[in-house]
Amino acid sequence: MQNLCSVGKRVPKLDAVDKATGRVKYIQDLKVAGMLYGKILYSKYAHAKIVKINTTRARELPGVLAVLTGDDIPDIRMGVYKDNRPLKKEKVCSFRDEVAAVAATSPEIAEAALKRIEVTYEALPAIFDPEAAMKEGAPLIHEAHKTNVLKMPWKLHYGDVEAAKKEAAHTVEDRFTTTWVTHCCMGTSGAIADFDPANNLTIHTNTQIPSLAQKDFLEALKTMGISDRRVRVVKPCIGGGFGSKLDTYAYEYIAILLAFHTRRPVKIEFDRTEEFIATSTRQPTITHISQGCDQNGKLLFRDIAMILDNGAYTSWGATTPSVMMMPITTLYRVPNVRYEAKCVYTNNTYAQAMRGYGNPQATYAIESTMDMLAEAAGIDPVEFRRINANQPGDVSTQGLRITTCGLTECMHAVKEKLEWDRPRQAGEGIGMASLIHVGGGARVYKSDGCGTIIKMDDFGKIDLFTGATDMGQGSDTVIAQIVAEELGLEVDDIHVIHTDTDVCPWDVGSHASRTTFIAGNAALGAARKLKARILEMGAKLLESPLEKLNLQGRHIVHQDDAEKKMAIGKVLRKAHFSHGGQMLMAEHFYDPANENMGKDFRGNMSMTYTFGTHGVRVKVDEETGKVEILQYVAAHDVGKAINPLLLEGQVYGGVMMGVGYALTEQVISEKGQNMNPNFRDYKILTAKDVVPIKAPVLETYDEDGPFGAKGIGEPGCVPTAPAIANAIYDAVGVRIKELPITPERVLAAIREKKGLDLCGQAVDKGDADECIIEE
Amino acid sequence: MAHEISFIFNGNAMKMNIEDHWTLLHLIREELGYTGTKEGCGSGECGACTVIVDDKAVNSCLYLAAEIDGKQLTTIEGLAAADGTLHPIQKSFVEKGGIQCGFCSPGMILSAKALLDKTPNASEIDIKEAIAGNLCRCTGYVQIIDSIKAVSGYGEDEPHVVAFKTDEGERGE
Repeated sequence: MQNLCSVGKRVPKLDAVDKATGRVKYIQDLKVAGMLYGKILYSKYAHAKIVKINTTRARELPGVLAVLTGDDIPDIRMGVYKDNRPLKKEKVCSFRDEVAAVAATSPEIAEAALKRIEVTYEALPAIFDPEAAMKEGAPLIHEAHKTNVLKMPWKLHYGDVEAAKKEAAHTVEDRFTTTWVTHCCMGTSGAIADFDPANNLTIHTNTQIPSLAQKDFLEALKTMGISDRRVRVVKPCIGGGFGSKLDTYAYEYIAILLAFHTRRPVKIEFDRTEEFIATSTRQPTITHISQGCDQNGKLLFRDIAMILDNGAYTSWGATTPSVMMMPITTLYRVPNVRYEAKCVYTNNTYAQAMRGYGNPQATYAIESTMDMLAEAAGIDPVEFRRINANQPGDVSTQGLRITTCGLTECMHAVKEKLEWDRPRQAGEGIGMASLIHVGGGARVYKSDGCGTIIKMDDFGKIDLFTGATDMGQGSDTVIAQIVAEELGLEVDDIHVIHTDTDVCPWDVGSHASRTTFIAGNAALGAARKLKARILEMGAKLLESPLEKLNLQGRHIVHQDDAEKKMAIGKVLRKAHFSHGGQMLMAEHFYDPANENMGKDFRGNMSMTYTFGTHGVRVKVDEETGKVEILQYVAAHDVGKAINPLLLEGQVYGGVMMGVGYALTEQVISEKGQNMNPNFRDYKILTAKDVVPIKAPVLETYDEDGPFGAKGIGEPGCVPTAPAIANAIYDAVGVRIKELPITPERVLAAIREKKGLDLCGQAVDKGDADECIIEE
Repeated sequence: MAHEISFIFNGNAMKMNIEDHWTLLHLIREELGYTGTKEGCGSGECGACTVIVDDKAVNSCLYLAAEIDGKQLTTIEGLAAADGTLHPIQKSFVEKGGIQCGFCSPGMILSAKALLDKTPNASEIDIKEAIAGNLCRCTGYVQIIDSIKAVSGYGEDEPHVVAFKTDEGERGE
């Protein structure tokens, strides 16, 4: 590798000083002159007809400028399936359904006005279990759809699974379930919508998809009868994303509608309860899985049928099977694979994208059964995985082309760092699970592109405009490092602007761990074009052959003649202050050569894939069911660590989110109602729960990645739950097939294994159902 | 009911009329206009609104503004020197990856300051205890704890961060 000055260094985040001093502005901190405050009234039923809404008393309240219901707005459709409206009309299908909205001069008045809105409902039979919702005669969530099963095509069969089942020497089969968890961004959702007199819209909003949000809002304006106008999306500093901002939401459209009706800027800002109740979750799953191998431990087949609780409306959660296909077909070498997923409407909250995009749910089932199969075959679980590990150059049944792959090395690193063979005390166990994830973009839209515009000023400083979104992960810093490296500048010389669709180029969004790879390559492409022009000018100014010149230490330098050099800023001034002068700007649009999935879901969706293995040592208290993590090792093949400091931050943050997913976090939903919409009862991990962690990083230098890098945003939370579940099995011999793995579930399983009932009494087989404890 | 209170705000003497029902968070954000103090939950569960009153870190969302009378209030805006030089804890958070989305950072940094002002040699256990009420969703707390450890004088022989090697990043207890 070449000698690098910026890339590979532990560069602090560009915005860290502003964040450490409280200078950055989140949506909570923004005010626009003349701004009104919008508030939303939610449904009181999981499923009901809206008979009548009386808004008179709300309108009478001084300070109220608008009250809107579903009857007052045009038919704006939201979401992947266009089955949702900003304000519901005729009926509500979940407790988070928006029924009415108010704009007033203060949040307090808006809140008081909500209490004066009288809604008459007529309750309808509701359904909360997706398996029950699939049955004939179940109440329909959307009558026009005629069934609760979404018409989505998630079905593939490569090879011949039935034949492989007959051939298999060992087979395991089981059922795994996962529940709702939510992003818990520290900064809550919010937006400010503002129309100018010509009906051009400016919206300040937390989004990971500025260009696609712009398109969604333009469509809404069209439905409102406003055509051929402009939408400007401005992003404030974002207080955490994790996939939550990958769609446009009712509150954004409601802010737009209220602003349109009042001709005033309107801000809607969620409080924490609202954030828990009215934002979307990770998709809950029920997974039936079987896997089989031959006598030597070679995997022969993987067969998965999955049911996803879609909730009442359809956002990106319903498309997570497209990403689950990747681990299902390609985590380890599997010649025969069958997968079918059904997304089912219920009267629950609806799901969205969340870090890993389905991969954690799928990997939980796959890696739990990998351990079960290893045991059935009498093979050590690490050796079993090694036998089946993906290798560079593999093409999977789905057509995923593995370029670089450090899976075997990651397993080895885990084995070594976790001291796998160390004798274990009673109640102590070790477990391992691996992951594959997209590491070089993901072609889910027709484009996987990102644009960059770069311009240099008179003093050799760069303004870089990118389509990428920095929501805390540090993409601005990584982009600056890449550009500084290419142009021989310092990282501080690069000012990255990503906040405004008026000036920033197009991008499909910050998702799929794609930003370092895609936006990084876009920035690198623009920097290369600029570099060529600077060198061309330098060749004339220094009267030197082009190929002898390079950019280094903010100068053009001659590689053989130390005397021949010129500050880049000086070159720029000469470009600007001359007859027939020129401006030094470049643009680059990078759209990788990855493939959309075809009709049979074959296609190389990413340019490269990230691999990793997590290992964990736990101690399980057999008396209480409590699981303590003694050691955690998260080994990842990252291609190249452009910024080890930020990369470690992604891994640690991902692992801790994954540990929460495995052990503590859940939205407790009682007949569709969120019973724990606060931090205390939802239980994200605190500083006291930090696990002792090691994060070995393997650099495989992927040739398509910028300086060899692959994406690493999501992988940290993907294999965490199965690694922990496998360690618990190793410790106390019980397999927990339901997330989160609470002490109650572990204890119940231990007691069942010991032949005790849930109260710890010996079971008299005649009346095993006597003792019932509800979780 | 309004009444007048006096207090020291980031080193400056203040006198102002307040309403009895105002929280300290409201006073800081809405009346004084300093937005570095964040509201993450409004119910004392996340610590994003942490400020220092006299020497103690408090959740300003649960603290009545009237209670600040006669006391010293420090918010994140009062930490760096007048010339912009960062407080050592701020500098450490910047350099050691203690900040990602940044929403928890002001509260986290002030909790750390209250701890280290009182216990300059705070141990890792002290640190975890002191920030247990400050939630963070991005970092997994690992680099936050590193950031605070690096400015704590506790145990010179205890490694704060094990250096990241080209092929291997490592850390441990």
